[in-house]
Amino acid sequence: MASALINVPARAKRGEIIEIKTLISHVMETGFRRTQLGAVIPRDIIRRFVCTYNGTEVFRAELHPAIAANPFIVFSTVAVESGTLVFSWTGDHGFSATETAAISVD
Amino acid sequence: MRFVGAVAALAIAASAVAGEIPRADRRSGYEFMSRETRAMQDDDTANPGMLWVLEGGTLWEKKTGAAGRACADCHGDPRASMKGVAARYPAFDAAIGRPISLEQRINRCRIDRQQAPALAYESRELLALTAFVARQSRGLPIDVTIDARTHPFLDAGRATFHRRQGQLNLACAQCHDDNWGRQLAGNVIPQAHPTGYPLYRLEWQSLGSLQRRLRNCLVGIRAEPYDYGANELVDLELYLLWRARGMTMDAPAVRP
Amino acid sequence: MERPTSRRDFLKTAGGVAAGLGLGSVIAVAPARATPAEMQEAIRKVVGSARVTPGRVKLDLPPLIENGNAVPLTVTVESPMTEAQHVRAVHVFTEKNPQPNVVSFHLGPRAGRARVATRMRLADSQNVTAICELSDGSFWSDSAGIVVTLAACLEDGI
Repeated sequence: MASALINVPARAKRGEIIEIKTLISHVMETGFRRTQLGAVIPRDIIRRFVCTYNGTEVFRAELHPAIAANPFIVFSTVAVESGTLVFSWTGDHGFSATETAAISVD
Repeated sequence: MRFVGAVAALAIAASAVAGEIPRADRRSGYEFMSRETRAMQDDDTANPGMLWVLEGGTLWEKKTGAAGRACADCHGDPRASMKGVAARYPAFDAAIGRPISLEQRINRCRIDRQQAPALAYESRELLALTAFVARQSRGLPIDVTIDARTHPFLDAGRATFHRRQGQLNLACAQCHDDNWGRQLAGNVIPQAHPTGYPLYRLEWQSLGSLQRRLRNCLVGIRAEPYDYGANELVDLELYLLWRARGMTMDAPAVRP
Repeated sequence: MERPTSRRDFLKTAGGVAAGLGLGSVIAVAPARATPAEMQEAIRKVVGSARVTPGRVKLDLPPLIENGNAVPLTVTVESPMTEAQHVRAVHVFTEKNPQPNVVSFHLGPRAGRARVATRMRLADSQNVTAICELSDGSFWSDSAGIVVTLAACLEDGI
């Protein structure tokens, strides 16, 4: 059960810079840990995060095992028009999650 | 041998300043944390514990078990029905004649009302439901009921807190009553007030229950940890919540 | 005769207990580590033959952290973030983690402001480096040292 928390202002003025915070549940298993019996725990991480704004990519990140469990990413974008922000995370073992947020721009 | 001598020094410190922490000196673990870790707890979007609360909210609405009933079907709006509930646990359960933890209460509901199997301790679902319920008590004072029925269990918990255990021969009280605020390796020893459970521990990289933390402590002093749900752990929980009575709930908290 | 323990005595005790408590975990987690040289190599892969100049970018990290599992970091770049002049990317590297790459952020004029934040893992006290790539093709860097303190009462291995 993947869950994500997104913080985007519901309304903004045209041209305003808005801060976006995202938090998603994921173990971000590094692939460098071992069990007490010595077996390597396979890597299982989110590798990529993309944010689009009405279909246009406005931010992207490539993640490595050094990103903390339950990845938290903060970035910003200019409120250009009303519409939808889409956030997607993809990673190892076919991991994929998508969230959306609506924004109203005056 | 140096190590044995060092533990003996700690024993002297313990007897010199024995006793419970006066109310005015009580500090939540939050107050011992760095600015960064506090900021992580303070902002709901930055607090990973909120991911479990979110999932708990989904589970609250989900019909389950042979009865096909959701938590919401009996309890309605959790903001009203669950407000202050976590602040009163462990609470006396008349059916078994002793206090039970919040996790045990949730599982009793599952078995009796939903006719669903109990959730395993520390499972994602049980932590999520517990965090969701505990979140409804944020900002409220801890208020466990101590009366004729619960008093013997409070005494049992207090005895465990003060009993030396394990290969290091340490009691909880020696660190958390007598030496709080001092350094143990790189960390400050907190007073062990369970205001924010279940909480997100950076060490665990996950949410965990108070019993998980207590079992950690027991392993830390090289004692055999009690099993999850053991009466000893519930009694210890009851004592710790009573010891923190009146302090403000901040679940799901973040701790290093 | 009771006497209050001196701070020195207690710290000695603490060190002893910590050594005892930490042992299991230290053995359980002993992966290969990147070296400062490997970090330089990873940086080279990103910047190619371009020169990296200190300045323009600011890496904010707490100087001391209680747990290396979730260290907050913020990278800010002085840039007008216009079509003509903006930050294309921000990369973060470490010198002592098992591998040097941490994260790469790709942004542009639509960001409005060149400020990004996340939380990273640090295996040990070390230096962290942030490098930004500007729209004119230049690379700028900032580094920060961080101390990860030793935790005492850790849960045993997995």
